[in-house]
Amino acid sequence: MKILVVDDFSTMRRIVRNLLRDLGFTNTFEADDGKTALPMLKEGNYDFLVTDWNMPGMTGIDLLKAVRADPKLVNLPVLMVTAEAKREQIILAAQTGVNGYVIKPFTAATLKEKIEKIFERIDKTGA
Amino acid sequence: MMESMENTRLLLAKDLVTALESNDEIKADEILDQISGMRESMLFQEVGRLTRQLHDTMNSFALDSKMVELTSKDIPDAKERLHYVIAMTEQAANQTMEVIEHLTPISQELSDQANELSNKWDRFLAKDMPFEEFKNMSQEITVHFAQTKERVASVQTGLIDILMAQGFQDITGQIIRRVIDLVQEMEHSMVELVRLSGGKSKTAIVEQSAELDLPGPVVPGVDDKANDVAANQDDVDDLLSSLGF
Repeated sequence: MKILVVDDFSTMRRIVRNLLRDLGFTNTFEADDGKTALPMLKEGNYDFLVTDWNMPGMTGIDLLKAVRADPKLVNLPVLMVTAEAKREQIILAAQTGVNGYVIKPFTAATLKEKIEKIFERIDKTGA
Repeated sequence: MMESMENTRLLLAKDLVTALESNDEIKADEILDQISGMRESMLFQEVGRLTRQLHDTMNSFALDSKMVELTSKDIPDAKERLHYVIAMTEQAANQTMEVIEHLTPISQELSDQANELSNKWDRFLAKDMPFEEFKNMSQEITVHFAQTKERVASVQTGLIDILMAQGFQDITGQIIRRVIDLVQEMEHSMVELVRLSGGKSKTAIVEQSAELDLPGPVVPGVDDKANDVAANQDDVDDLLSSLGF
């Protein structure tokens, strides 16, 4: 399982990667905004994307739009981990095609639960 | 008003000439007093006007220079302070995580070794261990004790490092408090400026573009007043499930 973690704060990337390692996911990579992440996703055969929303350069929501617009990435599972908590934003993310939404600050248990839920759903649909 | 004053002076001058021509000294002196009195009252009025103007200018100058200082010095200062807060908190988070990354495998090794020895010990108690293996186990237990002492010592050092890293809270708290003071001072000056300019200007409410200006982390009591934010993960989950997630 190859995972890309996108956040402009290196500490948050580090927290997420450490939590993922605890869950048994060791093949993780990182990018600091959507602009850097998109070419990595296009070339890197990733299985899962964890992204922040508010980043300079290219935001997480624009990255999500770009991912869903790319025929190769259209089915990539995306988990948004962000401090953005306005209801209209959560609705926008859902409409854009996010697979899970976690607000910061979050617990290790929440992240684990959301990731497991995403993969359960993928297993059910047989994707 | 100036015209009527000019007319009065002209009339007085004509009266003065008439009085002088008719050798009426008393009348002439009276008219001269009247003219100089008029001049004095005009001078006082002018001095009064200038004084008021000077006072207003001094007031607005004091406010101007305060605003200039706020915008040219204090705000860039505040930005720096806040950048420093980011740097300090980042440093503290990294320092803490470095310790965790260092100690996690150590605690894992301790746990693995204890499990292994515990299994062997159970077999020994169940009299299910040849003497040769028992001798090896005794040796392993000796090594385990020595290594445990060493590992626990490094765990304790790490815990102190984590403890010390939390010192950022005190310093960043103080910095942020200063920025709050600056914002309050800024607000006060701006209110004062609006008051001096006649208080006519009503604050225009600018519609914020949600696309460009993301609201960011919710500060309780500030960003949750409009009740349009998710207060916690449960709120997010409820909203998403209402959307069919």
